[in-house]
Amino acid sequence: MGTAPASRDVTSYGMGLAAPLALFFLVFFVAPLLQLLWLSLHNDTAALHWGFGQYLHFLTDPFSLGVLGSTLLLGAEVTAVCLVLGFPIAWLYQRVGPRLQTIIILIVLLPLLTSVVVRTFAWIVILGRQGIINATLQSLGIIDTPLKLLYTQFGVVIALAQVQMPLMTLPLITALGRIDPNLDDASCSLGAGSWRTFFRVVLPLSLPGVIAGCTLTYAAAITAFITQSLIGGGQMLFMPMYLYQQASTLQNWPFASAISIIFLLAVLAVVSVFTTLGRMSRGYGGA
Amino acid sequence: MAETQGGRSLVVDAVTHRYPSGALAVENINLDIKGGEIIALLGPSGCGKTTLLRIIAGFIAQSQGRIIIGDDIVDALPPNRRAVGIVFQNYALFPHLSISENVGYGLAARGVDKATRQREAQRLLELVQLPTMSERLPRQLSGGQQQRVALARALAIKPSILLLDEPFAALDKNLRLDMQIEVKRLQRVSGITTLIVTHDQEEALSMADRVAVLSHGKLEQFGSPSDVYDRPQTLFVNTFVGASNRMPGVVVSADRTAAKVRLDAGAEIIARPAGGALTEGGRVTVCIRPEHLQFVGDETGFAGVVGMSLPLGATVVHEVTTADGSGVKVSQARIGETRALESGAAVRLAPLAPSLANAFPATL
Ligand SMILES: Nc1ncnc2c1ncn2[C@@H]1O[C@H](COP(=O)(O)OP(=O)(O)OP(=O)(O)O)[C@@H](O)[C@H]1O
Ligand SMILES: [Mg+2]
Repeated sequence: MGTAPASRDVTSYGMGLAAPLALFFLVFFVAPLLQLLWLSLHNDTAALHWGFGQYLHFLTDPFSLGVLGSTLLLGAEVTAVCLVLGFPIAWLYQRVGPRLQTIIILIVLLPLLTSVVVRTFAWIVILGRQGIINATLQSLGIIDTPLKLLYTQFGVVIALAQVQMPLMTLPLITALGRIDPNLDDASCSLGAGSWRTFFRVVLPLSLPGVIAGCTLTYAAAITAFITQSLIGGGQMLFMPMYLYQQASTLQNWPFASAISIIFLLAVLAVVSVFTTLGRMSRGYGGA
Repeated sequence: MAETQGGRSLVVDAVTHRYPSGALAVENINLDIKGGEIIALLGPSGCGKTTLLRIIAGFIAQSQGRIIIGDDIVDALPPNRRAVGIVFQNYALFPHLSISENVGYGLAARGVDKATRQREAQRLLELVQLPTMSERLPRQLSGGQQQRVALARALAIKPSILLLDEPFAALDKNLRLDMQIEVKRLQRVSGITTLIVTHDQEEALSMADRVAVLSHGKLEQFGSPSDVYDRPQTLFVNTFVGASNRMPGVVVSADRTAAKVRLDAGAEIIARPAGGALTEGGRVTVCIRPEHLQFVGDETGFAGVVGMSLPLGATVVHEVTTADGSGVKVSQARIGETRALESGAAVRLAPLAPSLANAFPATL
């Protein structure tokens, strides 16, 4: 026994095993990002003259700032809808039998299993002027003229919320599953009603899941190019489409690069706000 | 202490519970508990102790029967309106709240203002001897300390009944003894009617005024510790509470107070009919505790061969094989120089007194 080597500390394994991933990351992520940064620091489309002109242009242009603002707002709205709808689903999941749990998981995952194009066209069918909603409401006599649902902020938010729901629900299910069920009972036996128990015990303890879910949903919602463009139509412009137009249609690569860098920083800022909020609420670590 | 209000009485009236899965967890349990008593619910794993506790607390609605606290039938009340304090086996402290907030949680739910809450929490933490821990989080406390906090949290709502589910199971032996004494002290001071669930018979016998022994969801016996230990009413109680030798035999003659039993091991002894009337010629199981057997020099008693002797400190336990091949244990106090018994020595054994052998009708 004396000669048997002690099991090696995990940290002592060489970093070599991570090399393939690191290389992949370097070639396909870091390098393009640096190239993007390099491009964005040129004032002309041919990328000959250095300068901060593209950034200056974006940050002083009300139109560009408007697009950025509405994109960030869109993300916030989708995240809020997903949170409000996803929490009850996750909560329900932890309180039903195993058979219902399987069904719930299946329903939650369903959007991920459908092609984005099919899913988006389904929404067009549902939300359109002659779509399912308008047809139903009209035949019931609730409305006379069709509501405008497609090509509206509302439509985009609903369609995105449906797609991103799993990103919110899955972390929530995990977080709620980690809460000791006795805590519910303890709270109740101490005289707290269901709402107090929810706000004082369940919600704070599920915060890690809320933060993770919000971050994922937010990041996915603001970058969802296809859904944004098809449901939003021509009248609504969000950052991914704006970027695409600049790069592809107008061939203004430096400006497109600057847009992506600004977009990236804005998203990072929002995400770090989420994480800071999470750290400030000392809601986890126990159990 | 201010809350010496004399705990309320608790009646468990013909309670039966069947889980939706079909498992019959408790069956026709009747307990009549006086205000201020400490009761132990004792039984092996899976006998329905936790189920009964959760029914009393209101987390489970029983299939049949009633729960009466004081003068009120509480079956229709949700747990948060029963004023029943409960300490969970894993403590179930709120991990994100400070110790002080944990203890004050029940008061907050009752709308008590923050200053009062903190004062009360501090008073209770002093009571459970943790006055300096109020700002810590539960994970920064040891198991025994968390246990005390859980107790303080349950006491903060001035419950009329206190329920403890295996409260000391996770503690090491010394700490367990400390906490047992502590809980008993707090219970005496506050006078709260207390129900302790345990599968540790020593704990039940030492802490409780009365012990309810459960087996397979049924109440086997409900009586004082000495009743349960010395006058067990069923074979299960006799063998589960304390150690006991089981010796099969046949009834030779019997009346209400005494039975003459011919043991298969080969002797006639007088035993107490413990589980109801015995019929002549019927098979019985006689229970005799190891400390109630003695070596006899004459021809009374039954013969056996000594197998092994284990010196256990204050006592010596001898394993003896009887004529019918079954083994019995005999425990002898170690007074001065106990007679050394060689392995293989032939001995004769007899009960110390007729009242110390209990005869139960044999069940097949
Ligand atoms: N939620 C449940 N659904 C179905 N059956 C259950 C449930 N909880 C407990 N049971 C069953 O009911 C019986 C009693 O369980 P209970 O938890 O009350 O036992 P216990 O005496 O507390 O045991 P332990 O000492 O191991 O804690 C067991 O047979 C158990 O399998
Ligand atoms: Mg139990």
